[in-house]
Amino acid sequence: MTVAKEMRVVKDVTCPFCGVTCDDLEVHVEDGKIRDVKNACVLGKDTFLHHLEGLATPRIDGKPASIEACIEAAADILARAKYPLIYGLDSTELHAHRKAIELADLIGANIDHTSSVCHAPSLQAVQTVGIPSCTVGEVKNRADLVIFWGANPAEAHPRHATRYSVTVKGMFTPQGRKDRTVIHIDVRRTPTSRMADTFIQIKPHSDYEVFSTLTALVNGHDLDVSEVGGVPLQEWRDLVEVMKGAKFGILYWGMGLTMTRGKYLNVVALLRLCQELNRFTKFLGAPLRGHGNVVGMAQVLTWQTGFPFAVNMSRGYPRFNPGEFSVADLLGRGEVDAALIIAADAIGNFPAKAAQHLKSIPLIAVDPKESETTKVAQVVIPAAQAAVAAEGVAYRMDHIPLPLKKVVDSPYPSDREILDRIIARVLAKRPDDGAKRAAPLPRG
Amino acid sequence: MAKSFILITGRTTKQGRTIHLGKQAKDYIDEVSALEMNPADMEALQVKEGDRVRLRTDHGSSVVRCKKGTVPPGLLFIAYGQFVNALVGPDTQGTGMPNTKGIEVEVEKDDSG
Amino acid sequence: MASAIRIKGGRVYDPLHGLNGVVKDLCVEDGKIVQECHGAAEVIDATNLVILPGGVDIHTHIASPAVNAARGLRPEDHRLLCCPRKPGLRSGVGFTVPSTFTTGYLYAQLGYTTVMEAATPPIGTRHTHEELNDIPMVDKGCYLLMGNNEFILQYLKSGDLEKIKRYVAWLLHSLKGFGLKLVNPGGVEQWKYGKDVEGLDEKVNHFDVTPRQILQALTWVNEELGLPHSIHIHANRLGVPGNYQVTLETMRALEGKRVHMAHVQFHSYGGEDYVSFTSKAKEMADYINGHPNVTVDVGQVVFGDATTITADGPWQYRLHKLTKNKWYNLDVEVETGSGIVPYTYREKNYVNALQWAIGLETFLLIKDPWRVFLSTDHPNGGPFLYYPWIIKLLMDAEFRSQMLKRVHKRVLSHTMLPHLSREYSLYEIAIITRAGPARALGLRNKGHLGPGADADIAIYVDAKDKEEMFERAAYVLKDGKIVVRDGEVVESCPGRTIFAEVPGDDDLLTELRDKFEKYYTVEIGNFPIPLEDLPFHQAVPTGRPV
Repeated sequence: MTVAKEMRVVKDVTCPFCGVTCDDLEVHVEDGKIRDVKNACVLGKDTFLHHLEGLATPRIDGKPASIEACIEAAADILARAKYPLIYGLDSTELHAHRKAIELADLIGANIDHTSSVCHAPSLQAVQTVGIPSCTVGEVKNRADLVIFWGANPAEAHPRHATRYSVTVKGMFTPQGRKDRTVIHIDVRRTPTSRMADTFIQIKPHSDYEVFSTLTALVNGHDLDVSEVGGVPLQEWRDLVEVMKGAKFGILYWGMGLTMTRGKYLNVVALLRLCQELNRFTKFLGAPLRGHGNVVGMAQVLTWQTGFPFAVNMSRGYPRFNPGEFSVADLLGRGEVDAALIIAADAIGNFPAKAAQHLKSIPLIAVDPKESETTKVAQVVIPAAQAAVAAEGVAYRMDHIPLPLKKVVDSPYPSDREILDRIIARVLAKRPDDGAKRAAPLPRG
Repeated sequence: MAKSFILITGRTTKQGRTIHLGKQAKDYIDEVSALEMNPADMEALQVKEGDRVRLRTDHGSSVVRCKKGTVPPGLLFIAYGQFVNALVGPDTQGTGMPNTKGIEVEVEKDDSG
Repeated sequence: MASAIRIKGGRVYDPLHGLNGVVKDLCVEDGKIVQECHGAAEVIDATNLVILPGGVDIHTHIASPAVNAARGLRPEDHRLLCCPRKPGLRSGVGFTVPSTFTTGYLYAQLGYTTVMEAATPPIGTRHTHEELNDIPMVDKGCYLLMGNNEFILQYLKSGDLEKIKRYVAWLLHSLKGFGLKLVNPGGVEQWKYGKDVEGLDEKVNHFDVTPRQILQALTWVNEELGLPHSIHIHANRLGVPGNYQVTLETMRALEGKRVHMAHVQFHSYGGEDYVSFTSKAKEMADYINGHPNVTVDVGQVVFGDATTITADGPWQYRLHKLTKNKWYNLDVEVETGSGIVPYTYREKNYVNALQWAIGLETFLLIKDPWRVFLSTDHPNGGPFLYYPWIIKLLMDAEFRSQMLKRVHKRVLSHTMLPHLSREYSLYEIAIITRAGPARALGLRNKGHLGPGADADIAIYVDAKDKEEMFERAAYVLKDGKIVVRDGEVVESCPGRTIFAEVPGDDDLLTELRDKFEKYYTVEIGNFPIPLEDLPFHQAVPTGRPV
C-alpha cells in the first residue's frame, strides 16, 4: 500500500544563520520534514537540514514538565528577582525581540544580546564618530574596491562575496569580479585571502596604528618610519593611492577589530579613515555582522529604548552603559540574581567566570535545542525555531529587514508566544499593574 | 618548556556546520579543540601534528590538539568553543567585550594523557 | 454598548466649518463625531476650555531606518529626557529622537493625533511600518522616497511615463505607503559617487535625465494616480545660501499642479555664503501667495539641540564638514540615500538666528493659513516638543520682539520681523496645525469636528501664555476615548496606519523581477508587505476626481 506523501517546495525562504540573510532559499518539504535546501551555503543548508537534531525538552529542575508549568515557573523566578538579566535573542525574530523588551520593561531587568560580545564595539564606535555606509546592493552595483579587514567572510559569511561584494555583477559593475579590486588585511591568512588580489599581513594589536597611519597619509602627511604594523610604509602609501583612486570603495571589517586590544577605538580609527577618504572619492565602511539576527535585536531595542545593547530598566526607564550593564560585566561581577537566556547559548560562549555565575543563579533557558545553557538551567522551555518553524522578521547586516517563513510545524510554541505567556503570568502576579488610573467620569 | 604566543580565535566553516549537530558531537569537539600553529613553532616546542598542548592564561587553562597551520610564527588560531572560553577573562575595559582575540597565552607540551 | 461622550460648554475652533470660538456641545459616539448622542453619554465639562480637532503633523521624522539609526547614534541625547514605565504604558527616552512609545505619548500630550513620517526608502519600509506599529496614540502614515529611484530614472530616460506610473502604483500598493516624497531629486543619485546637482537642468550621472524631468514626471504620476496628498517635495540645494532661486524654479516648473513644498525655511536663503547669508522669505511668500496650487510646511528652527536626519546625503556631508560633528551616511541600493548629523541651533549664531527669523517670516508673510503648516521638520529644525513655543511666537508679537533682542545682533538689520505685527489667532492656529494639513493630506475625517469626523479632539485650558496652553492638553480624545487628561497619558491606544489604496499591478511583475535580480539584493517575492503586518490600518481611497 502506498500513502500519498505531502511534498512541497517553499520559495524565497530567508536563511537565519548569518547576517548575509540570503532570502532566495528553496526548501523542499516532504511529510512535514525538510528533505533538501537549494541555493543555501553549507552553513545555511545545515541550519535547515539539522533543525530536528538535539531538540530540547520542557523540564523544571531536570524533571519533565508541561510547557504551562515551565512558563509558570519562569514567571515565578522573574517576578521574584531583584536584578534579573534577559539575554540572547540572536537566533530569533522581531516579534520575540519586542516581547523580550516588554518583559524587561515590566520587571526592571537588564537586557542585552549577542551583539554585546560581537560587534558592540562597532556600535560604540559609530556612536562616537558616525559611519559612512551603504546597503549591500550599493556594493553590488558600484564598488570597484573592496577591502576586508580583520574579517573572514569566506568562512563566516559564505555568500557575501557572490551575492554582494566580490564576484557579483551589478548596474555599474557589469563584469563582476573583473571590475573590482579586492584586498584582505589580517593577522593571518584565511580562505578570505584566496578571494583577494592582495593580502597584507599585519602584526596583532597594530590595527589602530595602521589606521592612524593611513589617515595621516590620506591627509597628506608623511611619516618618518620604515614600517607600521610589520608592513613597509611604502605598502601603506600604495594602498592609500588605491583607495583614493577608487570610484567607490568599501571597507568591511570583522571581529578581528572588535575583540582585540583597542576594541571600539580600532573601529573609530577605521571610520575616521573612511570619512576622510570622502574628500577624494566615495568611500564607505560596514561591519560584517550577524550570527543570526543580532542586527534585528539591536534595531528593535534601539527603537523601543533608544539604545542598541546593554540596557538596564531597573530605574523604570532605559539606561545604557557598556561595562556596567553589558552581559559579560554583569556576570563577571556576579551581580544579577536570575536570568532568562533565550535563543542563544550563553554558557557555551561566555568566559568561564561569567558562565560560572549563570550556573549559580535561578536560570531559565528558552531554546529549540539543548545547549550548555539548557544543560544547567532550572527551567527549560523548548521553542519553535524562528525561520524554520516560526515566522517573523530578521535583519540583514545592513539593517534591511526580511520576512522569515514558517517552513515546517513544531510541537512547541514560538519564542514570541512563550514570552507573551510569561508576561501574562508575571502581570497576574502583580495585581496593581495594568489597573487603569483614570477616575470614572460622571454620567450624564 | 613554556613559550609565549598570541592566540586568535574565530569562526571556521566546519565549526559553523558542526554546531548544528550539538556541542557534544565528536566532529564539533574535534574542530573547536584543534589549535593551528606555525610549523617552526611546533618544532621549537617539540610537538607533532596531533600532540596535546596546554594553553595557559591568567584566567585558566585548556588542553587542545596541535595542528600545522598557515599562521605566522608567534601566532596561534583556534575556533570559538568551550576550549577558548576557559582562557578568557571577564574584564572588558568598560566596553562590554571580553578580550577574545589577541590573547597572550603560554603554551607547553602536555604529556599528562 | 456604544461608547458615547458629550463635551459640554467648550469654545469650539473648527475652521473647516467656520466655527471660531463658538460655545457648543460636541457629541462623540463609537469613535466618531455625531450630531447628537443617542442615550447615555459620559460628560466632559469643557466650560472655559478651548476645543480643537486633534493636531495633524504633515511632516515629521519619527519612524524609519534613518530615524532609528539616529537613535542609535545619539545615546547622549536620550539622557535629556527619561520617561519611566507606568501601568499600561511603556518606558522610553527623548529627546530629539525619542523612542517609539515615548514619541506617541509626547505627541498626544500636545494634542496631536495624526502624524506623517515624511521619508521612508521602499526597501526599508517594512522596518518603518514595524516602528509605526510601536508608536501608539496617533494615526500615522509614511511617504515613499522616489526622487532618486534608479528604475524611475531608467524609465524616464527612455521616456516611458506610463511605466513610471505603474511602477509607482506597484510600490505604493506593495508597501502601504501614503504618499510620494522627492528629496533633492537627482542629487542623491549623484551623491552615490560623491557629487550633487547644482540646478534643475543638470544631467544626472549615467541616466541622462534632469531634476526638472524627475519633478515633472512624478508630479504627473501623483495626480494621475489621484493620491490623497499632493507630491511632497524636499527641493534641491537644501541649506545652501542662494538656494531660494532653485526653490522658486522648482515651483515654477510645477506651476498649476498641486504641490507641497516641505520645510521651506531651509530653502529660502539668499547670499553667496554663510557670511553674506540673507533671508528670501519675502520672495518665497510672494510667489506662494500668488499660486494657490502650492502648500508648504515651514521647518521652523528652534534654538537648542537638534538631530538632522534626511535622505539628502550630499547636504549631510556638507553639514558634517561645516560642524565637524559625527556623521552617519547610508546609501540605499536602487532607491535613495540618507544622512544624520547632530546639530545645535544657537541664538548667538548669525546664521542660526536668521534661520529662526526666516521661519517666522514665512509664517507671517504667507497670507492664506490654509497653505502654510506648522512643522520643525522634526527633528531637523528642533524637536516637535517645541511646537507650543512656536505657537506662542506666532500669537504674541511682543514675545517675538523680546526674542529678537536676545538673538545675534546682526539679524535685526536682516529680517523683516520687526515690521511684521501680525499675530495669529487661535482660529488660524487651528488651521495651520489641524484643518490645513488634514486638507492637504486629503484626510476627510481629520482636522475638523463635523459629524462623521474621527473623534480625535484636543481640549486645552485657555491661558494668556500660549506656550503653556499648548504644552499640555487638558484632554485628548483619540477615536472617542479619553487618552490624555491634565497633560498626562492615561490610556494607550494603538492608532492606525493610514495608506493610499492604489490597485496592484501584477502585469509589471515579470519585468520587475528581472530588474530586481539585476540590481537589488532581495527577492521580489519578499518585497511587498502583507496587510497582516499592519494590525491596525486604514486605507484611504484614491482616484482622480470625476
